Amino acid sequence: MKQERILMAHGSGGLMSQRLIDEVFKQAWHNEIMESMLDGAILDLPAGKVAMSTDSFVITPLFFPGGDIGKLSICGTVNDLLACGARPLYLATAFIIEEGFLISDLRLIAESMAKTAREVGVKLVTGDTKVVEKGSADGVFINTTGIGVIPKGIDYRPQRIQPDDKVIVTGYIGDHGLAILAQREGLSFSTPTLSDCAPLYQLGEMVSKYGAAIKCMRDPTRGGLATVLNELASQAGVGIRVKESDIPVSAVVQGACDMLGMDPLYMANEGKMVVFVAADAAQDLLADLHKLPQTENAAMIGHVSPEPVGMVLIETELGAERILGTLEGEHVPRIC
Amino acid sequence: MCLGVPAKVIDLMENDVARVDVNGNQTEINIRLTPEVEVGQYVLVHAGFAMEIIDESVALETMQLLEEMLQYE
Amino acid sequence: MSDIKDYQQHLLHAIQAETAAVALMEVCGTHTMAIARSGIRELLPPHIKLLSGPGCPVCVTSQGDIDAVILMVQQKDIILVTFGDMMRVPGTSSSLQEERSKGADVRVAYSPLDALRIARENAAQEVVFLGIGFETTTPAIGITIEQAQAEGLKNFSVFSLHKVVPPVLELIFSDPEIQVDGLICPGHVSAIIGAAPYEILARKYHKPCVITGFETIDILEGIFMLLKQYDQAEARVEIQYRRVVKPEGNPIARQIIDRVFQAVPARWRGLGIIPASGLELREQYASMDARVKFHIPEMEEVPIKGCACGEVLTGKITPPECALFGRACTPLQPIGPCMVSQEGSCAAYYRYTPAKGRG
Repeated sequence: MKQERILMAHGSGGLMSQRLIDEVFKQAWHNEIMESMLDGAILDLPAGKVAMSTDSFVITPLFFPGGDIGKLSICGTVNDLLACGARPLYLATAFIIEEGFLISDLRLIAESMAKTAREVGVKLVTGDTKVVEKGSADGVFINTTGIGVIPKGIDYRPQRIQPDDKVIVTGYIGDHGLAILAQREGLSFSTPTLSDCAPLYQLGEMVSKYGAAIKCMRDPTRGGLATVLNELASQAGVGIRVKESDIPVSAVVQGACDMLGMDPLYMANEGKMVVFVAADAAQDLLADLHKLPQTENAAMIGHVSPEPVGMVLIETELGAERILGTLEGEHVPRIC
Repeated sequence: MCLGVPAKVIDLMENDVARVDVNGNQTEINIRLTPEVEVGQYVLVHAGFAMEIIDESVALETMQLLEEMLQYE
Repeated sequence: MSDIKDYQQHLLHAIQAETAAVALMEVCGTHTMAIARSGIRELLPPHIKLLSGPGCPVCVTSQGDIDAVILMVQQKDIILVTFGDMMRVPGTSSSLQEERSKGADVRVAYSPLDALRIARENAAQEVVFLGIGFETTTPAIGITIEQAQAEGLKNFSVFSLHKVVPPVLELIFSDPEIQVDGLICPGHVSAIIGAAPYEILARKYHKPCVITGFETIDILEGIFMLLKQYDQAEARVEIQYRRVVKPEGNPIARQIIDRVFQAVPARWRGLGIIPASGLELREQYASMDARVKFHIPEMEEVPIKGCACGEVLTGKITPPECALFGRACTPLQPIGPCMVSQEGSCAAYYRYTPAKGRG
């Protein structure tokens, strides 16, 4: 393939499309299922409930401190499957590429996806590429859809959350959101913070040993911790009470948020989980989490209460309780 | 209209610009309003400008004074 | 020296032990937010009232002014650069956020200097910065305008919605219907204007004024200092926020405001027109005045039926006492300015007060 950049012809389904797939995607993702060159993938699934998840990734910039859209596209769907209690097995992916996109960048993204998939032990088995005219996409949009199998004894659902369950967050909040924000054109500040983008399969495995004591897991991505807690309080029909001083936020993230008038509780995370666990297993789980490097800063931040239904209350440093709302509108830097 | 954060001045540059550090995050701000600021001092930053030099020592004075008053409560 | 947490609890207990019925007002959106976030109100006895005054520059921007900005964005081929706070504020029929979704080039910036950079990088396009804020923010825009002029930038201008605080304090204190016993003075505005403007008010109306910072500990100290003065029937101006505020304020900043802007009558939403309370670019900066440059007309003020923001903004009623609060008017579907802005009195109240405290 001689071209440096993606042309409309690469999406037309003909020879150039084939070359693109062979020389960029198959090179990066070679496995026996992909080699079979069918329109879909034929898979052997172990027995058990199957979990499926899909996510589209439209992040800019495409390459950021701590990761890139490729790594993110694998982590995002893998983590969603892990949150369902599943062992991630297979991924499908679809690319929508903007005309003019650098093929060398596409290679980097494909290789990043391959590397992350290999680390997790998940296979990329089928895919699709389309090319759109210049201006119709931000470089590249990626969708990944994954399936996994849920072992017996694992049942993570909001409906299982009960009063007195404890709430654990697996590490520092707001890192990814800040890392991306700092890259935004027009915000000239630099931060040492890296995106926390990571596949949480080790966490998933460890947590699964607790079986039924684990009620629910969710990754606090867009909208941040506050939004996810509100979603779960609603879906579970319970109240959630957390303590502000217990929520782990790094001094760097807090400082940047103070400067910009933003709140770490609403910033995205791509390598964290919120775990709802039965009260009597909470301390043991926390101790186990502290042994894994990925979750060494895990913290117990609160508990579930029968009311106020569908709401999250946060205890301030003074000991008063106030509402922790869900994100409304865009989270933007403020001056007030 | 008052969100401001303390930032440590780490470098003084040309054209009224200073480089500041807030817990490891760095940015460049305008110091027209605090022309006498020195490297190592803390300034209150608002909308990309240093508003005032911060003097932490007086905060302790206020706290001491009020604590004395509290003794008589 | 005791631990900070102990000290805070000590202050809190001392405040809770005060028996006098007192109403303290803050006039700063950031104070409104800080007080709401700290939960102090929940911990104060009912006879100590914390009122929220007209301190949110976004909230007090008249609907006509917002409509004028939206008109400019709709009709002129410009890049509008604004602080994030203004994006969701509704005019009569639209907002900057909505206009952006329809294709207008509206960009959020952290500093007015970002707008200068955008102007340099887009020499063929007109760039307008939406200037909003009290004395804390105005010097920044003043410096930006002077810099633009020094560089000879022809494609940069400012739409000034800036206001100043002292005239509205005069309005509040002189209104016989408003019961305020002490003023929590805005910490960062005071860093610029100093103590002198409050001295005049304290003497004239015999009300204690304490210039207060924004951390929980600052607010506790400020309230404690006001209550102590009230107990002694004193009416002095004190600075709690000494680490940032000097009695003389920041003279350089005031000179810049004075050089670039002049005071004009301005309409405050819910309060009407207050003399000498708005800031307009001076004659010699007319070429940088977006209103002049783009011939933006004054827009009519359309009153909102049932909206009691004017009374909330002056502390005459608390948010839950407004008939629309929590019913027709919520943060997701705001009717008036107090609910629109993130640090508006009603928005702060609604967002942070546990359900039992809501209307």
